[in-house]
Amino acid sequence: MYRTKFFDHVILLSGVFLMVGPLLVALMTSSHEAADIHRNGLSILPGGHFIETYETVLTKEGGFTGKITGLRMMMNSLILGLGFAAGKVLLSMLAAYALVYFRFRFATITFWMIFTTLLLPLEVRILPSYEVMNTLHLTNTYTGLIVPLLASATGTFYFRQFFKSIPDELLEAARIDGAGPFKFFIDVIVPLSKTMMAAIFIIMFVYGWNQYLWPTLMTTEEGFFTLVRGIKQILLVWVGSNIPDYNQAFALAILAMLPPVMIVMIFQRWFIKGLTESDK
Amino acid sequence: MAQINITNVSKIYAGGVEAVKSVSLDIADGEFIVLVGPSGCGKSTLLRMVAGLEAISKGTVEIGDRVINDIEPAERDIAMVFQNYALYPHMTVYNNLAYGLKNRGTPKAEIDARVAEAARMLEIEPYLTRKPRALSGGQRQRVAMGRAIVRKPAAFLFDEPLSNLDAKLRVTMRGEIKQLQKRLGTTSLYVTHDQLEAMTLADRLVVLNGGQIEQIGRPLDVYHTPASTFVASFIGSPAMNLLRATREGSRLHFGSQVLESDRLSALPTELTIGIRAEDLRVARAGEQSLTMKVDYIEELGAQRLVHGMLDGKKLTAALSPEIELSDTIALTIAPSRLHFFDVTTGKRLAQIVDGAVGKREDTGALEMAGG
Repeated sequence: MYRTKFFDHVILLSGVFLMVGPLLVALMTSSHEAADIHRNGLSILPGGHFIETYETVLTKEGGFTGKITGLRMMMNSLILGLGFAAGKVLLSMLAAYALVYFRFRFATITFWMIFTTLLLPLEVRILPSYEVMNTLHLTNTYTGLIVPLLASATGTFYFRQFFKSIPDELLEAARIDGAGPFKFFIDVIVPLSKTMMAAIFIIMFVYGWNQYLWPTLMTTEEGFFTLVRGIKQILLVWVGSNIPDYNQAFALAILAMLPPVMIVMIFQRWFIKGLTESDK
Repeated sequence: MAQINITNVSKIYAGGVEAVKSVSLDIADGEFIVLVGPSGCGKSTLLRMVAGLEAISKGTVEIGDRVINDIEPAERDIAMVFQNYALYPHMTVYNNLAYGLKNRGTPKAEIDARVAEAARMLEIEPYLTRKPRALSGGQRQRVAMGRAIVRKPAAFLFDEPLSNLDAKLRVTMRGEIKQLQKRLGTTSLYVTHDQLEAMTLADRLVVLNGGQIEQIGRPLDVYHTPASTFVASFIGSPAMNLLRATREGSRLHFGSQVLESDRLSALPTELTIGIRAEDLRVARAGEQSLTMKVDYIEELGAQRLVHGMLDGKKLTAALSPEIELSDTIALTIAPSRLHFFDVTTGKRLAQIVDGAVGKREDTGALEMAGG
């Protein structure tokens, strides 16, 4: 067996330092007062205003209209993240199911067409998407925020590969057992894909949570603002002699980081299982 | 319980490849039919057409008195056992057995009763709450059979169900399948590439080659009167020796060696001779004999397979282990034990029966495809 040596620890520790260091600084800085931060810059020692800052951030009604709180923004982010992830999982599963199990004309071409859209970032189609949503009067709604982003080439691709690895005999056995396409999907495919679904869900949740450009475009009412946008909002007050609430910005950044980190940590086991092994 | 009638069934894949060529086969109620042949001979395709997993390109399949060409697999009243078991990995053994019944809307009490019965029959009762992954290969195979049994179908379809098991288990399971089938009396169609499995299980076996039936018959009939060189070399282990020979009058020439019999006159002058390894015996002094140069020996315990050369051609003889061997042995065979095949078509020509050479008129146990 390989014995861990001193040098290995050095490498690992420096890795940890690189990854965690900035987060720690953000956390510590957020517990100082804004003026303090403005004067002394970042700090790695805790200040005395931890609870106050976070309380303010979460509950103080701020923003242009003075109606939006941190909690509200967190809620919005959660709705966006969860709706985004759940929708993507469902949609890409159904798409992959059709691609793998139904023989229709141009199935392969269709798949590759979907697949090539992987190469296109959201930004490429952001204007037409906005135009469509605007015409449908779906700006400033959760529907408008979530639905246009649901089609997922990545998800479809992963599920397609996964379904392809499920032995055909299972489908055949199910057909002989009298399960139609819908029953087979619900009774066999879904239970078998559980870990895969969890993995995709996590990836997509984090992706959705971190969306910035699309929510900025789609929502003008502050009631729909997400956390990620909120951070920017705080820094926007830098006019005249106002000092931006750096502490609050840092606090929001930390808060914005927590849910994805927690989800990944809690579901880590499933996540790895879903991406590496198949439960067949 | 039902008979199965397969009439002129063909499978033509896109691109014109004909995997099964106009096969006809009538299976009686309760009969155990084994389809055997090398890989790619179309046996699985034929089975899957009966199951409804492949579309039938031409011809008709009837189960009972119902043409089932366009009927969904679930409605065909069949149950299938797959090579890789195809158990639902996320369901317990109980649910695996019950799934098909549930889908049919069978009442809960009856499902319970049927699953319990099948589990008792297959001795898988202790595992009903387990998932397939916690079972051994043999147990999984039992569950797969249980899934077929609970359905009480008109016919069982087996697609190489024992190929994933180790040799010892295969022999046990083979016996159990045979017993079970006898007990239930369900018409069965069984696909295998293993001739031993085919011989031991079948009421009648169907030898397929290149999508066509080479021979249908009871195992011993097929063994003793193979319809072609293909069947001769496929059924039986070791494979039948096939040697080219020329006939001059009453003498058969194997290269420089000669075998004489006064009953060969009706045969053509160019022949393929088939000799079962166990029909060869060591010649006594003064008997006419063929001299074989011994290459190597396989000990089987009860028998000894002696591989060697007969005038440059391979020959295998199954001899008693008590016989002392030297570098060359003189072997002989009763002329009535010789099989004759056409040189070009490979079809069986005749057999010396009761001392007379003639086309053997068969009793119906033997049917030749296209013959």
